[in-house]
Amino acid sequence: MPEHLSVTINDVPVCVARGTTVAAAMLLAEQPSRFSVGGEPRSALCGMGICFECRAMVNGVPHRRTCQIVCEPDMTVATNP
Amino acid sequence: MRRTDVLVIGAGPAGITAATAAAEHGRKVIVLDDNPAAGGQIWRGDTVETKDSSKHAEDAPRRKALERLRLSGAEVLPGRSVFSVDASGSLQAIRENTSGSQVEEFLFEKLILATGARERFLPFPGWTLPGVFGAGGLQALVRGGYRIAGKRVVVAGTGPLLLAVAAHLVEDGAYVSAVVEQASLAQLAPFAVSMWSNPGKLLQGAGYRAKLWKSAYRIGCWVVEASASPDGLRSVKLTDGTSTWTEHCDLLACGYHLVPNTEIASLLGCAFRGPFVQVDSDQRTSVPNVFCAGEPTGIAGLEAALVQGEIAGLACAGRDVASLQKRAAAERSFGERLEKAFALREELRAVPREDTLVCRCEDVRLGSLRGHTSWTDAKLQTRCGMGPCQGRICGPAVEHLLGWKPISVRQPLFPVPLQAFGSDAGQTEITESTEITEITERTELQEKR
Amino acid sequence: MKPFDILVVGAGIVGSAVARECALLGWRVGVIEGAVPAGGATAAGMGHVVVMDDSPAQLALTAFSRSLWQAESEKLPHSVEYESRGTLWVAADDEEMAEVHSKQATYTRAGVKAEVLNAGGLAKAEPNLRHGLAGALLVPGDGVVYPPAAAGFYLSEARRLGAELFLNRAVSASHGRVILNDGVTLSSERIVLAVGAECDLLPSMPIQKRKGHLIITDRYPGFLHHQLVELGYLKSAHTLIEDSVAFNIQPRQTGQLLIGSSRQYGNEDSAVDAEILRRMMDRAREYMPGLEKLSALRVWTGFRAATDDKLPLIGPAAELADDPSLWLAAGFEGLGITNAPGAARLLVDGMLDRKSEIDAKPFLPARLMEPARLAHA
Repeated sequence: MPEHLSVTINDVPVCVARGTTVAAAMLLAEQPSRFSVGGEPRSALCGMGICFECRAMVNGVPHRRTCQIVCEPDMTVATNP
Repeated sequence: MRRTDVLVIGAGPAGITAATAAAEHGRKVIVLDDNPAAGGQIWRGDTVETKDSSKHAEDAPRRKALERLRLSGAEVLPGRSVFSVDASGSLQAIRENTSGSQVEEFLFEKLILATGARERFLPFPGWTLPGVFGAGGLQALVRGGYRIAGKRVVVAGTGPLLLAVAAHLVEDGAYVSAVVEQASLAQLAPFAVSMWSNPGKLLQGAGYRAKLWKSAYRIGCWVVEASASPDGLRSVKLTDGTSTWTEHCDLLACGYHLVPNTEIASLLGCAFRGPFVQVDSDQRTSVPNVFCAGEPTGIAGLEAALVQGEIAGLACAGRDVASLQKRAAAERSFGERLEKAFALREELRAVPREDTLVCRCEDVRLGSLRGHTSWTDAKLQTRCGMGPCQGRICGPAVEHLLGWKPISVRQPLFPVPLQAFGSDAGQTEITESTEITEITERTELQEKR
Repeated sequence: MKPFDILVVGAGIVGSAVARECALLGWRVGVIEGAVPAGGATAAGMGHVVVMDDSPAQLALTAFSRSLWQAESEKLPHSVEYESRGTLWVAADDEEMAEVHSKQATYTRAGVKAEVLNAGGLAKAEPNLRHGLAGALLVPGDGVVYPPAAAGFYLSEARRLGAELFLNRAVSASHGRVILNDGVTLSSERIVLAVGAECDLLPSMPIQKRKGHLIITDRYPGFLHHQLVELGYLKSAHTLIEDSVAFNIQPRQTGQLLIGSSRQYGNEDSAVDAEILRRMMDRAREYMPGLEKLSALRVWTGFRAATDDKLPLIGPAAELADDPSLWLAAGFEGLGITNAPGAARLLVDGMLDRKSEIDAKPFLPARLMEPARLAHA
């Protein structure tokens, strides 16, 4: 069985399998990674680090490409400001 | 700062075989990849450990290749985004982790570009709704731990990728209600017939089709609109040019084949043939000591990437590559047939409405783009292409819809923290990565269970 | 083709402003652009609308032109992103603080509102500046625009009033005739060269290229409120030979930050210079240490058009070129955006023999003629 770990997404604790990317975790938690210039909720599109739709705030740093980041215990994730 | 004989950019199939070949013949090799683990797209591994890691057809050849790479002595450094390079032999990459980022500089004698390809996205009303992904995009996210068991998925667009993605999604527990391919039967038939001469590919295709026996496979059809309710994606409207119907779904995986990642080659001044990097039979580009293998030389699939990578690696090590040329030529002609089979139909240009977004980074609608005279003009006046993706998503869409070629690839190739330009960038020690070893160890453990 | 009343070569912000000014008079206007409208220096520069006091003439011109920007700001489309952000001329130490005070006196005498901020006031105005700076001069009326959209607005206004746009390169422009690269010849009583730093059409034009670098970041709304310029900027803008950098940062309406600046003399290579970038970044970090962590999206270079006496060329080129039809609106160095509307007004005043709101003599191209030719005149 894979290990699980807990991250916080928009102040809500979420339990994910070890190895889950932050983008996948945000999708599982049904939280948008960012809001577009026009106010639309957006999530990962290309899954390979190119589209930048998966940008979110990770541990206080905005604009991080979450499809390229693997969840770590106690990570704080928030929809990109 | 690290020095190496051979620097390989991209740890997908081409990069893996290139690095292996060069390292097995005595060269010091470093491989850089911007994803968290090696494998690229088609060989993307699960970042989450699974009980059943042999469920995907590509897993065995992939594991063997990764093991051989590990044994060759080549060093793989994942999580590195190359943002700057110059032909004199130095390259800079940024490594981002949760605490910050570090600039790493690499000096190389020979450079092998195995940067692969990315999906082509064509806008349609509703393509920015949550629940809409690229085809390869959804697969990549599932590999990254997005669980979709029980979800109803429509896979659409064009290209051999669609069947592969659909088959994998079924293996991952999703219900793929339809696979919708825009190419017409007339376009696909010659390609299908030519597969008789490629039994391996035929079997692969048949294998995918077998997995998809529950799904409707519609040829000559395409997406015209995606719609959602407050709870999420609801349905997709499809057409065959005559009638239109609605398919209910939770997720839409839609991509229109592939475009090559040629930014580094462009920056280095490599000669191009159309959208692809021009190479000779040794995979050499027009720039001395720069090689290119795989999709950037022509979208031709896994086997082409594998043999081209091997040629490039051997050529870097000064080895003879004549024995591989026949295979390479066969795969190249497969690629040419691929291009013809999956060419985009005219009707796709009429799919987006004037209020459909084209540039997702800056929310620029199709209507705003019309009336400009060139990519640069449109970019300056509407901000299309000025976002962080630097036109990688909207560029191919704009080219298809309006005929303008996006230009001016500039450094940095990816957004980097400003400190990358300052004086103390690149001062950190680079430790050898163990990620590649971890993947192989994990799978070995699973086999034992 | 019927003759034009005026042909403007160059659809950058200056050329577009001139075209609009002439179209407003009811003239038949032709605008010629060989590349992308506003794609040259206009696209490369910072859209800083700023009063600059490096000489009395420049002070008068920038103050005048800025007032034209301000008068129009309400009418400008949203895409122009005009904002009255104000400039902070930042003093790092007491010596620079003394300069701040004398600068304030100069601005006040010229009728330009300027306020001295002490260290505390500065920190409050811009919390992301490092501690320990001495203070600043706040010039609240200065503005920030997105130049390509401003140029686009001027050009579309001109065309709305009947101006014709020719998207061709001018191969020659003299004696009332402009020949385009497709062979078409346009004729006009007047030709204006507003061509940035490219001098092929008039090789005797006394202009040199001054290369600059800029970096733009991702969006960080609230990080910066005013345009910040270090006092050393003026020294940098005045060196003739050395490559120099000076801290200059601008908040865009999108929340992105535009970071500069650099000046290189005699360099015609448009490639980004990593060494200059490094110096620019190091300098910026000295003022705003927090910048380091921000994400940079793009880096680019551009060429300013500089003259020997740092003032633009606005007026007849007659004596420079022995051509009564030729006029110049060129050599704006780093003030092309600020001075575009003012220069357009002065140029047209000159054509109509109309008195200008400010003294136009310092900008007449004839001033840069060689003494020998003056003797023969």
